[in-house]
Amino acid sequence: MVNLKINDIPVSIEDGSTILDAARKAHVHIPHLCYLKAINEIGACRVCSVEVKGEERLIPACESKVYEGMEVQTETEKVRRALRTNLSFILSQHKSECTYCVRSGNCQLQALAEDYNIKNDRYLPDPTPESLLRWNKNFPLIRDASKCIKCLRCIQVCEKVQGLGVWDLVSTGGRATVDVKNEVKIEESACVMCGQCITHCPVGALSARDDIREVARAIDDKDTITVFQFAPAIRNTWYEEFGIDRDVATEKRLVGILKRLGADYVFDTSFAADLTIMEEGTEFIKRFSEGKLGKYPMFTSCCPGWVKMLQDQFPNMVDNLSTAKSPQQMFGAIIKSYFAEKNNIDPAKIKVISIMPCVAKKYEADLESNKSTGYKDVDHVLTTRELVRLIKSYRIHPHRIDEADYDPLMGEYSGAGVIFGATGGVMEAALRTAYFKLVGKNPSLNVLDNASTVNYKDAKWIESSYDLNGAKIKVAVASGLNNAITLCKAIEKEKYKYDFVEVMACPGGCSGGGGQPIHMDDIERAEDRGKILHDIDKSYKLRYSHENTDVQKLYNDYLKEPLGEKSEHLLHKNQHLR
Amino acid sequence: MRKRLELENLTREQKALSSIYRNATRRIAASPSGICPIDMTVSILKLYHTQSCGKCVPCRVGIGQVILMLEKILNGEGELSNIDLIKKTAQAMYDTSDCAIGYEAARTIIMSIDGFYDDYVMHINNGKCSEGERQSIPCTAACPAHVDVPGYVALVLDGKYKEAVDLIRKDNPFPSVCGYVCEHPCENNCRRHLVDDAINICGIKRYAVDNEGSPIAPKKYEPTGKKIAVIGGGPGGLTCAYFLTLMGHKVVVYEKRSKLGGMLRYGIPSYRLPREVLDKDISFILDAGVEVRLNSDIGKEITIDNLKKEYDAVYLSIGAHNDKKLGIEGEDAPNVNSAVKFLREIGEGNKIDLQGKTVCVIGGGNVAMDAVRTSLRLGAKSVKCVYRRRVADMTALPVEIHESIQEGAKILTLKAPHHIELNGSGEAVALWIKPQMVGVIGESGRTEVKDSTKELERIECDYIIVAIGQAIDLKPFEGIKTSRSTFETENSSFIPGSGNVFAGGDAVSGPATVIRAVAAGKVAADNIDEFLGFDHNIKCDTLVPNPSLSNMGRCGRIDLSNVELENVQGNFDLVTDGMSAEEVKQECARCLRCDHFGYGVFRQGRNIEW
Repeated sequence: MVNLKINDIPVSIEDGSTILDAARKAHVHIPHLCYLKAINEIGACRVCSVEVKGEERLIPACESKVYEGMEVQTETEKVRRALRTNLSFILSQHKSECTYCVRSGNCQLQALAEDYNIKNDRYLPDPTPESLLRWNKNFPLIRDASKCIKCLRCIQVCEKVQGLGVWDLVSTGGRATVDVKNEVKIEESACVMCGQCITHCPVGALSARDDIREVARAIDDKDTITVFQFAPAIRNTWYEEFGIDRDVATEKRLVGILKRLGADYVFDTSFAADLTIMEEGTEFIKRFSEGKLGKYPMFTSCCPGWVKMLQDQFPNMVDNLSTAKSPQQMFGAIIKSYFAEKNNIDPAKIKVISIMPCVAKKYEADLESNKSTGYKDVDHVLTTRELVRLIKSYRIHPHRIDEADYDPLMGEYSGAGVIFGATGGVMEAALRTAYFKLVGKNPSLNVLDNASTVNYKDAKWIESSYDLNGAKIKVAVASGLNNAITLCKAIEKEKYKYDFVEVMACPGGCSGGGGQPIHMDDIERAEDRGKILHDIDKSYKLRYSHENTDVQKLYNDYLKEPLGEKSEHLLHKNQHLR
Repeated sequence: MRKRLELENLTREQKALSSIYRNATRRIAASPSGICPIDMTVSILKLYHTQSCGKCVPCRVGIGQVILMLEKILNGEGELSNIDLIKKTAQAMYDTSDCAIGYEAARTIIMSIDGFYDDYVMHINNGKCSEGERQSIPCTAACPAHVDVPGYVALVLDGKYKEAVDLIRKDNPFPSVCGYVCEHPCENNCRRHLVDDAINICGIKRYAVDNEGSPIAPKKYEPTGKKIAVIGGGPGGLTCAYFLTLMGHKVVVYEKRSKLGGMLRYGIPSYRLPREVLDKDISFILDAGVEVRLNSDIGKEITIDNLKKEYDAVYLSIGAHNDKKLGIEGEDAPNVNSAVKFLREIGEGNKIDLQGKTVCVIGGGNVAMDAVRTSLRLGAKSVKCVYRRRVADMTALPVEIHESIQEGAKILTLKAPHHIELNGSGEAVALWIKPQMVGVIGESGRTEVKDSTKELERIECDYIIVAIGQAIDLKPFEGIKTSRSTFETENSSFIPGSGNVFAGGDAVSGPATVIRAVAAGKVAADNIDEFLGFDHNIKCDTLVPNPSLSNMGRCGRIDLSNVELENVQGNFDLVTDGMSAEEVKQECARCLRCDHFGYGVFRQGRNIEW
């Protein structure tokens, strides 16, 4: 332990801690902007500069380690002057269009400027040249260079957490800026649109393509039948910004809100998750029992970011992806076939609108290969953040809206479907049903509870093995693409061998998705959010996908059987296609 | 009283400006890598524009116009046709400027366009720079072997000498040798230049190796069953052998002479590199499990073809041990020797008696200085170093020249060897030289010399040493690809078409330095491992201490001092003293820790493995 004083307050903290850590412990607030714990501790913005006794110049609190007897002052005139100067510098290059900026309200720069009463009248504006602002506005991930404050968080998150390294600091001197690495455009880059750079951007330089207008148009159009679905990892996050509790912000409340917005039908993607388990679980049993799994395992295919990464970087493993479409796409395909038929609706009139915790789902919905009925399976995708903006723009106060029921025919879902929104959930759900199919009875629940963590190089994942009626299967679960990439390389080099592997691109799975609400405290919420989903599962009456009666009815009345002709046509795809 | 002439003193403004110029000069000299060259051109042109007196149009207006055009390109608003316009503009400026301020600025513009043409195109087409890789740590980047300099300097500051040397050995198994004789390119771009002067990295390393105690060989990887032959037991060959051994391969070094070390033993005199220092590094390498066959000449019983068959890979690190001839009359006399042979004989322990003799050494490189100082130690009455160009043109390190003079040698410059006068028994008695004069500066930037009209001069002498370069003995390696009398390799060290042969060091680059040979051995080891189908990493687990919160203020550099010598005759002892404990502490504390401060905390701060 190290003893020091911050603003004359004694603190005792572990050796190796930073001044910022110590200040937190002493309840002293040191402002910071570029700092992101363990990911970006580079002292680039200098906003956290403080006075340390014995030092001539100011010291950045975020990257400087404490020592015994250190004396820190954070509120001196010198510190405040330096802070105001550096904030003004940043503002001189930042396009402040807060009135309509998507990050107004949760912009860290806006908050600091407000807190420290910065007027931005000290320095001349030094905007980014227009010619450097070119960007494909149809791409699901939007970068606005005029707002970038060069904190470099996006570079670090993409490289360290996601292992992709899409971004880089390019050019030098006053022209140094963040851009796509090397000589490629974003469309040609390794970007999988996971959106982690967006959720870690402190300002509005990175955002997801805004599709609210398209959705509003569909709702307003009297001839269009709008069918909404919301993903498992929406129920645990959508209300964060409204300041209401989960017991008020129920799934049924959200159904009520969407109906109030004008949705004709509202369903839960968890239904499609159950359907996915029926297909993917059956596919796994088939591949496994036919001995088709060799060096490589079967990989899950629900996450479009992961699928694109594999297509980009491990083309030799694409055949090992499950051919099952993601729940979002399965849902759309079933709506425009079975649902349309049953309800006697012309599928041409249906717009399927998804609410997803994800940016890559916008990309997935637009893929040519996702049009099994001849129509786009899914027409529009909104992120959780867009849902919140949509609700706000309709002046809806969620707690004043009555709960409503899901629509019939596809309204049922299991707890197994709900946990699709957290890392490990797909595997858990699949194993429950695979066990049932092979052993003839349901397994004890939470089969992944006895999994162990693998640390390999700079990555980690969990693994476990199961006895399925005498057949021993080995499974692994990874989230965060850097972990996934390292896992793929390890499998390629035959350091590890598995039969079934689940991957979600975002750390913690969809609960930590790139489309989720952004908070200014930089706290990673994926784990806590995931726990909510597991709690729902634990207390839910229906916990096995194969027991979903709406899914059973779908097979009896329409699809006939998993991997049957109709299923293959509507619910599966060639994973090489984009 | 009315003033007529007056004495001019520097004004406060002039003094301040001079200081700023001095800082700027140091700053430019230590400019970091990876900087946008066009942005830098603009900045330099702004400086030149400020220097314009404003009288003439091409300089006053032209430089400004070019700056505007360049800024447009930098802002991503340029067109490809701009490049041509800028070049034509600069040509007109060059042709019409009145004084050097203008036409030299124009030359800079032309150099920029010709030199960074691809960057211009990149900026125009992609709106960004294709600048080279940014290297955050100037010393580590400049070291051919990329030794973790801030890492070991920090460890030395902490008194952890053993750990410091372990960290050096991760990239260079010759830390002791390099602590004494490295040319230390690492110091050239040291960021400390921006504050005062480079830190004495080489001196710090010497302190570390002198105080490390007994090193323990690092752990090796599992045996792979692969065998590699290394031809030549100099620094490059032994480096390659060492790393390949750590990777689990079986390595056999074939050395022509009776002892290992190559030019370190047979080229560098012991007053610069004590033999026990050299032997320490060599025995460390051998302790790792490298097998050695001494007195093994390739081309006789052992042929390269046999080795290629017997081993999975072969590394050629034969060095450059042949001499170059002047091609003048009298050169074959018995008392005319080449520096290579002269120093080799001394290295082998043979005595050459120069007692009371007058010696002429021809050449201006480090080897010439070694010959000069060795001659003095062998008892020569007078030693003259005869050089065709000026002292400033000598390739020898300034400190070597300085110390040679201090020990009593004379440097005769602008004297080109003409012929050697022999006496009746065929012995050299004098060197005749043609006086030279300085001429134009050539394409390469080197100042040429030419014959003056002065008469030939006679320099009386009893012994002549020719130190004008070394050549590579390629004879035993017929069939291996060469170009310009060196082996021709890919930058992986592989010799194309050879099947399994790699080469490096002086035999590829021509005569160079220890650290470049070490780097070549390291690169070859890495690629041979890959060639054999492995992916071994060489790493060091040593933890580098955290830097202090801030850098030390301005402080002078500590240079090593020379041992006080009354008379060098017969004295082959080390000529420089190492730093004291308090000196090394202060010098280490001057390190700016570029691994942490600046770009290093973001990227490329430390590679813990290679």
